[in-house]
Amino acid sequence: MIVAVASGKGGTGKTSVAVNLAISVGNVQLLDCDVEEPNAHLLLNPKIYRKEPVCNLIPKVDRELCNACGECTKFCQFNAIFIASDKLLIFPELCHSCGGCALVCPTKAITWEKQRIGTLNFGSADDVSLVYGELDVSKPLSVPLIKAVKNQINKSGNVILDSPPGTSCPFVETASDSDFCLLVTEPTPFGLHDLKIAVDVLRRVAVPMGVVVNRAGIGDRKVYDYCEKEGIEILLEIPYERRIAEFYSKGVPFSLEMPEWAEKFQILYSKIKEILKE
Amino acid sequence: MKQLAILSGKGGTGKTSITACFAVLAKDAVLVDCDVDAPDLHMLLHPEVNKETEFIASKIAIIDETKCTKCGLCREKCKFDAINEKLEIVAIACEGCGVCEFICPTKAITLAPRVSGKSYVSKIKYGLMSHALLFPGESNSGKLVTLIRQNAKVLAEKAKKDLIIIDGSPGIGCPVIASITGVDAALVITEPTMSGIHDLERVLKLLDHFNVVPFVCINMYDVNVNNTNRILSYCREKSIEVIGVIPFDPIVTQAMVNGKTIIEYSPDSTISGEIRSMWTKISIFLGV
Repeated sequence: MIVAVASGKGGTGKTSVAVNLAISVGNVQLLDCDVEEPNAHLLLNPKIYRKEPVCNLIPKVDRELCNACGECTKFCQFNAIFIASDKLLIFPELCHSCGGCALVCPTKAITWEKQRIGTLNFGSADDVSLVYGELDVSKPLSVPLIKAVKNQINKSGNVILDSPPGTSCPFVETASDSDFCLLVTEPTPFGLHDLKIAVDVLRRVAVPMGVVVNRAGIGDRKVYDYCEKEGIEILLEIPYERRIAEFYSKGVPFSLEMPEWAEKFQILYSKIKEILKE
Repeated sequence: MKQLAILSGKGGTGKTSITACFAVLAKDAVLVDCDVDAPDLHMLLHPEVNKETEFIASKIAIIDETKCTKCGLCREKCKFDAINEKLEIVAIACEGCGVCEFICPTKAITLAPRVSGKSYVSKIKYGLMSHALLFPGESNSGKLVTLIRQNAKVLAEKAKKDLIIIDGSPGIGCPVIASITGVDAALVITEPTMSGIHDLERVLKLLDHFNVVPFVCINMYDVNVNNTNRILSYCREKSIEVIGVIPFDPIVTQAMVNGKTIIEYSPDSTISGEIRSMWTKISIFLGV
């Protein structure tokens, strides 16, 4: 079973929920797909036993074969190839690796080369194995790295995905192949507004979902009203407690220090299983 | 004209709440909400929309069923898994690259313009605002950020405003890079948590890469004073000025629930005082 933990708004507690869930359930694979700002390892404190570079493919021009005809420039929808004074220029940061330029090139002057975009890290802490991607600073394209993280999914086991914030491509890439998506929100106007957008996306990709209300007690009741109206089940509430915030700040998963919460996360996991059976 | 960006790396550290206060203090600036896939600034600044424009930055493939022979070549060549087993276009995955259109032997596929969101030009109580909404699941957030920043520049020039304040998005990828190119300074709002520190370091590296002058604000500093001290000494080492240290206070959420900025909701609070003093430092630096 693959469960994605996501939220529209950043900082609602996705990583905290993902890590506490993983530790409480045990024997799971945790994949941190927030490759721009990965944080799960800071809470889990795993031993990292392997790192490998991740590359995407970008076009490479054989200047002998290229006659600067401009077919590739015309074809490229992402403005990643230009011709300046009869020379082909490639902008790797704009390239989506679609392969079109090589297809249309009449002189077969374009081949592919690898460009490093980030690192995959493999580690484990007790019976939780962690994979996280780390985008190189100043590289704009996170989706190929998220795909590389997702390629590590062990489909026969239990998998938890920590999703990046937002509701655009990185979120869609993470959530779209999951069996279930847990949306973590907070009971504030910002939390509600961004939850609605995330719900919209999940309905479009037809992924079943449930909500975790974090920092319950702050803000207002509108998140609860919305979930009731839309028929989205609130599967867990985590109250705003200074102790929980302090544990998080130190990089300690609170369910380790407050064992009653380990049980609550186990119950949350069973609820998800039941929902998926129905 | 000067441009200031508010960033954080990590989400939920208080970017938008602080940006909205700066709008009030600057009195007559152009605000830009660059968190286009989860914009929140409008809930505090209540823009009156003057102009709404469809955002079209990419294309989408469309298959003409009457011409399609179901050969499956398009599905085989698509790098984005955007054509499913039934040989239908999966809109959310299609990047509009045109490979399928090119290779289709029966010319059954064409590319059509894709509306990915909307951009708005609005009036707020404290100046003007350029903002947008990316439709759920759409890509091209970086291009939309570039567009609304361009709109803001045009607005500022026309209305003779000398400051643009940019509310950034979390992360360090495409939309964040698009939010900081060419700005005069960036204020990074962080929190004294392990994640906050980790993400602060990465966002500072990014600012350094793009030659943007960084300032730092530590929000909710009292949640972990040890970590606050770590951030302070880290910034001292790197010669980065920490211009504000803000305690945790429930009035931040209360102001948000009431749809107000902290400065409007609770002008005499400690937090409002600290935000005013940050604003003074930034406005002196920018000369506005």
